[in-house]
Amino acid sequence: MPAKASRAAFGEALIDLGAKDERIVTLDADLSKSTMTAKFAKTYPSRAFNVGIAESGMIGLAAGLALSGRVPFACSFACFLVGRFETIRVSVAYTNAPVKLVGTHVGVAIGEDGYTQMGLEDIACIRSLPNIPIIQPADEIETKQAVAYAVEHAGPLYLRLTRQNLEPVHDERYRFQFGKADLLRPGTDVTVLATGGPLFNALEAATKLGAEGVNAEILNIATIKPLDEEAILRSAGKTGRVVTVEDHSIHGGLGSAVAELLSEVMPTPLKRVAVTTFGESGDPKALYAKHGLDPDGIARAVLKFLNR
Amino acid sequence: MANPDLANLEAIAREGRVQIIRMLTHAGSGHPGGSLSVIDILTTLYFNRLRYDPKRPGWEDRDRFVLSKGHCVPAQYYCMAKAGFFPMERVITLRKLGSPLQGHPDRVMLPGIEAATGSLGQGLSVAMGMALGLKLAGKTARVYCVVGDGEIQEGQVWESLMSGPKLGAPDHLLDNLCVILDYNGIQLDNFVKKILDLEPVVEKVKSFGWPVLDVNGHDIAQVDKALDQAEANKGAPTFIVAHTVKGKGVSFMENDPEWHGKAPKPAEAVKAIREIVGEPVPGWAAAIIGELEALEKK
Repeated sequence: MPAKASRAAFGEALIDLGAKDERIVTLDADLSKSTMTAKFAKTYPSRAFNVGIAESGMIGLAAGLALSGRVPFACSFACFLVGRFETIRVSVAYTNAPVKLVGTHVGVAIGEDGYTQMGLEDIACIRSLPNIPIIQPADEIETKQAVAYAVEHAGPLYLRLTRQNLEPVHDERYRFQFGKADLLRPGTDVTVLATGGPLFNALEAATKLGAEGVNAEILNIATIKPLDEEAILRSAGKTGRVVTVEDHSIHGGLGSAVAELLSEVMPTPLKRVAVTTFGESGDPKALYAKHGLDPDGIARAVLKFLNR
Repeated sequence: MANPDLANLEAIAREGRVQIIRMLTHAGSGHPGGSLSVIDILTTLYFNRLRYDPKRPGWEDRDRFVLSKGHCVPAQYYCMAKAGFFPMERVITLRKLGSPLQGHPDRVMLPGIEAATGSLGQGLSVAMGMALGLKLAGKTARVYCVVGDGEIQEGQVWESLMSGPKLGAPDHLLDNLCVILDYNGIQLDNFVKKILDLEPVVEKVKSFGWPVLDVNGHDIAQVDKALDQAEANKGAPTFIVAHTVKGKGVSFMENDPEWHGKAPKPAEAVKAIREIVGEPVPGWAAAIIGELEALEKK
């Protein structure tokens, strides 16, 4: 299976789901070619609404549609979508309107467009709101199943998707389970919890670490909220060392969620690999190298953390 | 609706003014000015327009009402109690810990509230979504949304005004939506004209493609007639500019920005209620006056 961006897998899944479920509608703010709902709009023109560059209004509209029985996917770049936080806070979360918020173009991996287009604080913002779970799928197979899950999920939900292609980490037998971490590589020396774009790099790093005599356990954290506390604590209890890896601000993302869990329940040494500055323009691979999210960077961080 | 019972509706609105004063006095905080300016509009909606069943607040075919200027929810709580959503005695739990009568509307806690509002500017877009959802589902139910004049300074309102007459084209245009502006001329800090003048608001909204009607928001017959016209308009949502007086019915509150967000003291409340009901004081109002006098002694 070739690498595919999770936004592309999302767009494909939505067309299939839309054929079976009349309730599904899409909302876009002039980015449907980028969020990949444009084909849905062509296939089901009466169920796709492009409101212009007006994200707040789009989110409110989605809330009203959800409250009258539709299943709206409100889509934009993660930063523009979650940037309209107040509307999400009140009209989606507090109202408990089952809107499916879809933020694409997350992280520094969008590359050349630079910081203003990068979703880097979206997990932190949404994590502060009751009622809205956060799902960041790792590859095409997981994305398609997560989109199907989003339709069935009774409440609001936030789906975090990448611009860049993602190498497959699952095969056809994989079954996405909401709220469950997914063990990709068993190990004994350190637990690596990774999500989204750099997950594949974490797996590559594990191979490098193996050559250095470090046996890393890799878990894919597709559901960032609610965390699979049981699986994380089980793995952390076994290895005694935890590293988180994400293409998001170091403040408030997966690393923070894991820190909160571990420090309250089972204090465990923790290293967070994440973005510590604003983003910037550049080649995506070079940006991952600069921010330590490439295989070498992750392996280096783990070795340093383990004093190796 | 044809031949509204104006005397009855006016009596309901008068009692509403008393209950608004009562609940705000018990709460010790809240927004009397805008609640009093909007009560005639809400009375017309709840008792001569909206289709609903208080025993089945989730009834799919109900008309939807969104009070986007959520700080004036005391007026809505009164209408809901009067309509049978909950007992009238409960209005004095407004703003108290554990009460579903939150300071601003809460859809989850109080069945019959359609959207959480009060974070201004959002309600219209949510109401538009409801109208579109009903159209897509083939329902004939209608959606009404009341916005405040200060509120429409929010950019999100203009996003909605821009798309309102175009959304759903060609088959699902939102002629099931009616927006009413409670144009009382005062916002929290001062007169709207002094903060950020909206004029010419009728021309502005018209230029966005909405049919706009201009009425006296305290004249129930006029409001009702405008709602008839809105229902008759096909192919576009309607925008009604309802000219009102902030604090209407209580002379010392009328047109005074101080009464935007300040609850009356019990003695002030008694004075206000006596003015609203006039002489002779009816029994139900006398009971409320007694209750508030007792509150003062506490």
